[in-house]
Amino acid sequence: MDQLRDILGGTFMLSGMMFFIAGTVGLLRFPDVYTRLHALTKADNLGLGLIIISLLITSDSISEDLKLVLIWLLVIMSGSSASYLVARTALHRGVEPWRKQ
Amino acid sequence: MMNVLSVIVATVLLILIALGLLRILWGPTPADRMLAAQLFGSTGVAILLLLGRGTETESLQDVALVFALLAVVSTVAFVRRLWVRPKEARERGIHGSTT
Repeated sequence: MDQLRDILGGTFMLSGMMFFIAGTVGLLRFPDVYTRLHALTKADNLGLGLIIISLLITSDSISEDLKLVLIWLLVIMSGSSASYLVARTALHRGVEPWRKQ
Repeated sequence: MMNVLSVIVATVLLILIALGLLRILWGPTPADRMLAAQLFGSTGVAILLLLGRGTETESLQDVALVFALLAVVSTVAFVRRLWVRPKEARERGIHGSTT
Protein backbone atom coordinates (compact mmCIF):
# COMPACT_ATOMS: atom_id res chain seq x y z
CA MET A 1 0.00 0.00 0.00
CA ASP A 2 2.81 2.33 0.87
CA GLN A 3 4.66 1.41 -2.30
CA LEU A 4 1.54 1.94 -4.39
CA ARG A 5 1.17 5.41 -2.90
CA ASP A 6 4.77 6.21 -3.69
CA ILE A 7 4.49 4.98 -7.27
CA LEU A 8 1.29 6.93 -7.89
CA GLY A 9 2.77 10.03 -6.29
CA GLY A 10 5.86 9.75 -8.42
CA THR A 11 3.80 9.34 -11.58
CA PHE A 12 1.71 12.41 -10.85
CA MET A 13 4.78 14.44 -9.97
CA LEU A 14 6.50 13.55 -13.22
CA SER A 15 3.45 14.34 -15.34
CA GLY A 16 3.13 17.66 -13.53
CA MET A 17 6.73 18.36 -14.42
CA MET A 18 5.99 17.51 -18.08
CA PHE A 19 3.17 20.05 -18.12
CA PHE A 20 5.44 22.68 -16.61
CA ILE A 21 8.03 21.97 -19.31
CA ALA A 22 5.35 22.16 -22.01
CA GLY A 23 4.05 25.45 -20.63
CA THR A 24 7.49 27.04 -20.45
CA VAL A 25 8.46 25.89 -23.94
CA GLY A 26 5.16 27.30 -25.17
CA LEU A 27 5.86 30.60 -23.44
CA LEU A 28 9.17 30.78 -25.26
CA ARG A 29 8.11 29.64 -28.71
CA PHE A 30 4.58 30.87 -29.34
CA PRO A 31 4.27 33.90 -31.63
CA ASP A 32 1.76 36.06 -29.76
CA VAL A 33 0.65 37.31 -26.32
CA TYR A 34 -2.62 35.43 -26.51
CA THR A 35 -1.09 32.09 -27.47
CA ARG A 36 1.56 32.47 -24.79
CA LEU A 37 -1.19 33.10 -22.28
CA HIS A 38 -2.82 29.89 -23.41
CA ALA A 39 0.42 27.95 -22.84
CA LEU A 40 0.92 29.59 -19.49
CA THR A 41 -2.45 28.47 -18.15
CA LYS A 42 -1.58 24.85 -18.89
CA ALA A 43 1.54 25.08 -16.75
CA ASP A 44 -0.29 27.06 -14.12
CA ASN A 45 -3.32 24.86 -13.60
CA LEU A 46 -2.40 21.39 -14.79
CA GLY A 47 1.26 21.35 -13.83
CA LEU A 48 0.77 22.71 -10.36
CA GLY A 49 -2.42 20.69 -9.92
CA LEU A 50 -0.77 17.38 -10.71
CA ILE A 51 2.17 18.14 -8.44
CA ILE A 52 -0.20 19.04 -5.63
CA ILE A 53 -2.17 15.85 -6.23
CA SER A 54 1.04 13.86 -5.84
CA LEU A 55 1.81 15.70 -2.61
CA LEU A 56 -1.73 15.06 -1.36
CA ILE A 57 -1.40 11.35 -2.02
CA THR A 58 1.86 10.98 -0.15
CA SER A 59 1.19 13.32 2.73
CA ASP A 60 0.73 12.19 6.30
CA SER A 61 -1.57 14.71 7.95
CA ILE A 62 -4.97 16.15 7.17
CA SER A 63 -3.97 19.71 8.02
CA GLU A 64 -1.20 19.55 5.44
CA ASP A 65 -3.73 18.30 2.88
CA LEU A 66 -6.04 21.19 3.61
CA LYS A 67 -3.24 23.70 3.27
CA LEU A 68 -2.20 22.22 -0.09
CA VAL A 69 -5.77 22.39 -1.40
CA LEU A 70 -6.01 25.99 -0.24
CA ILE A 71 -2.81 26.90 -2.08
CA TRP A 72 -4.12 25.18 -5.20
CA LEU A 73 -7.41 27.05 -5.12
CA LEU A 74 -5.61 30.36 -4.63
CA VAL A 75 -3.28 29.77 -7.57
CA ILE A 76 -6.17 28.71 -9.82
CA MET A 77 -8.24 31.75 -8.95
CA SER A 78 -5.34 34.15 -9.27
CA GLY A 79 -4.21 32.60 -12.54
CA SER A 80 -7.61 32.79 -14.14
CA SER A 81 -8.32 36.39 -13.13
CA ALA A 82 -4.81 37.51 -14.05
CA SER A 83 -4.96 35.93 -17.49
CA TYR A 84 -8.38 37.43 -18.18
CA LEU A 85 -7.17 40.89 -17.18
CA VAL A 86 -3.98 40.67 -19.24
CA ALA A 87 -5.83 39.45 -22.33
CA ARG A 88 -8.51 42.11 -22.06
CA THR A 89 -6.00 44.90 -21.64
CA ALA A 90 -3.89 43.58 -24.51
CA LEU A 91 -6.95 43.60 -26.76
CA HIS A 92 -7.91 47.14 -25.78
CA ARG A 93 -4.41 48.41 -26.31
CA GLY A 94 -4.40 47.11 -29.82
CA VAL A 95 -2.15 44.07 -29.67
CA GLU A 96 -3.12 42.18 -32.81
CA PRO A 97 -3.67 38.41 -32.62
CA TRP A 98 -1.19 36.50 -34.70
CA ARG A 99 -2.47 35.23 -38.02
CA LYS A 100 -0.92 32.42 -39.97
CA GLN A 101 0.78 33.91 -42.98
CA MET B 1 12.54 7.80 -2.82
CA MET B 2 9.89 10.49 -2.86
CA ASN B 3 12.29 12.90 -1.22
CA VAL B 4 14.93 12.44 -3.91
CA LEU B 5 12.33 12.66 -6.68
CA SER B 6 10.92 15.86 -5.17
CA VAL B 7 14.32 17.53 -5.13
CA ILE B 8 15.06 16.41 -8.71
CA VAL B 9 11.75 17.78 -9.99
CA ALA B 10 12.35 21.00 -8.06
CA THR B 11 15.71 21.37 -9.79
CA VAL B 12 14.11 20.89 -13.21
CA LEU B 13 11.54 23.57 -12.38
CA LEU B 14 14.35 25.89 -11.35
CA ILE B 15 15.93 25.44 -14.78
CA LEU B 16 12.55 26.26 -16.31
CA ILE B 17 12.46 29.51 -14.34
CA ALA B 18 15.86 30.40 -15.76
CA LEU B 19 14.46 29.74 -19.25
CA GLY B 20 11.51 31.98 -18.46
CA LEU B 21 13.95 34.84 -18.06
CA LEU B 22 14.44 34.65 -21.84
CA ARG B 23 10.86 35.70 -22.35
CA ILE B 24 11.43 38.67 -20.06
CA LEU B 25 14.37 39.59 -22.24
CA TRP B 26 12.66 39.12 -25.63
CA GLY B 27 9.00 39.85 -24.98
CA PRO B 28 7.91 42.64 -27.30
CA THR B 29 5.06 43.88 -25.12
CA PRO B 30 5.01 44.43 -21.34
CA ALA B 31 2.27 41.81 -21.18
CA ASP B 32 4.79 39.16 -22.22
CA ARG B 33 7.03 40.14 -19.37
CA MET B 34 4.12 40.04 -16.97
CA LEU B 35 3.23 36.55 -18.21
CA ALA B 36 6.74 35.41 -17.45
CA ALA B 37 6.35 36.87 -13.96
CA GLN B 38 3.13 34.92 -13.58
CA LEU B 39 4.99 31.77 -14.59
CA PHE B 40 7.62 32.53 -11.98
CA GLY B 41 4.91 32.76 -9.36
CA SER B 42 3.33 29.41 -10.11
CA THR B 43 6.62 27.63 -10.65
CA GLY B 44 7.96 29.17 -7.45
CA VAL B 45 4.98 27.79 -5.55
CA ALA B 46 5.64 24.33 -7.01
CA ILE B 47 9.35 24.51 -6.19
CA LEU B 48 8.67 25.56 -2.61
CA LEU B 49 6.13 22.79 -2.08
CA LEU B 50 8.45 20.18 -3.55
CA LEU B 51 11.44 21.35 -1.54
CA GLY B 52 9.30 21.40 1.58
CA ARG B 53 8.41 17.79 0.96
CA GLY B 54 11.92 16.83 -0.12
CA THR B 55 13.68 18.20 2.94
CA GLU B 56 10.73 17.51 5.25
CA THR B 57 10.49 21.17 6.20
CA GLU B 58 6.77 21.68 6.35
CA SER B 59 7.05 25.42 7.05
CA LEU B 60 7.92 26.02 3.39
CA GLN B 61 4.27 25.46 2.56
CA ASP B 62 3.41 28.68 4.36
CA VAL B 63 5.97 30.49 2.23
CA ALA B 64 4.32 29.00 -0.87
CA LEU B 65 0.97 30.36 0.33
CA VAL B 66 2.44 33.85 0.61
CA PHE B 67 3.90 33.54 -2.91
CA ALA B 68 0.51 32.57 -4.30
CA LEU B 69 -1.06 35.63 -2.70
CA LEU B 70 1.63 37.99 -3.91
CA ALA B 71 1.41 36.71 -7.49
CA VAL B 72 -2.19 37.80 -7.94
CA VAL B 73 -1.55 41.17 -6.32
CA SER B 74 1.38 41.90 -8.60
CA THR B 75 -0.50 41.02 -11.78
CA VAL B 76 -3.56 43.04 -10.82
CA ALA B 77 -1.36 46.01 -9.90
CA PHE B 78 0.34 45.77 -13.28
CA VAL B 79 -2.91 45.69 -15.23
CA ARG B 80 -4.75 48.37 -13.29
CA ARG B 81 -1.93 50.81 -12.67
CA LEU B 82 0.83 50.47 -15.21
CA TRP B 83 -0.49 48.95 -18.44
CA VAL B 84 -3.95 50.45 -18.45
CA ARG B 85 -6.47 50.45 -21.24
CA PRO B 86 -6.62 53.75 -23.16
CA LYS B 87 -10.14 54.49 -21.93
CA GLU B 88 -9.14 54.05 -18.32
CA ALA B 89 -6.04 56.16 -18.79
CA ARG B 90 -8.18 59.02 -20.05
CA GLU B 91 -10.80 58.66 -17.33
CA ARG B 92 -8.37 58.56 -14.48
CA GLY B 93 -5.67 60.76 -15.82
CA ILE B 94 -3.13 57.99 -15.42
CA HIS B 95 -0.13 58.36 -17.62
CA GLY B 96 0.32 54.67 -18.26
CA SER B 97 3.13 52.97 -20.14
CA THR B 98 3.06 53.74 -23.83
CA THR B 99 4.31 50.46 -25.28
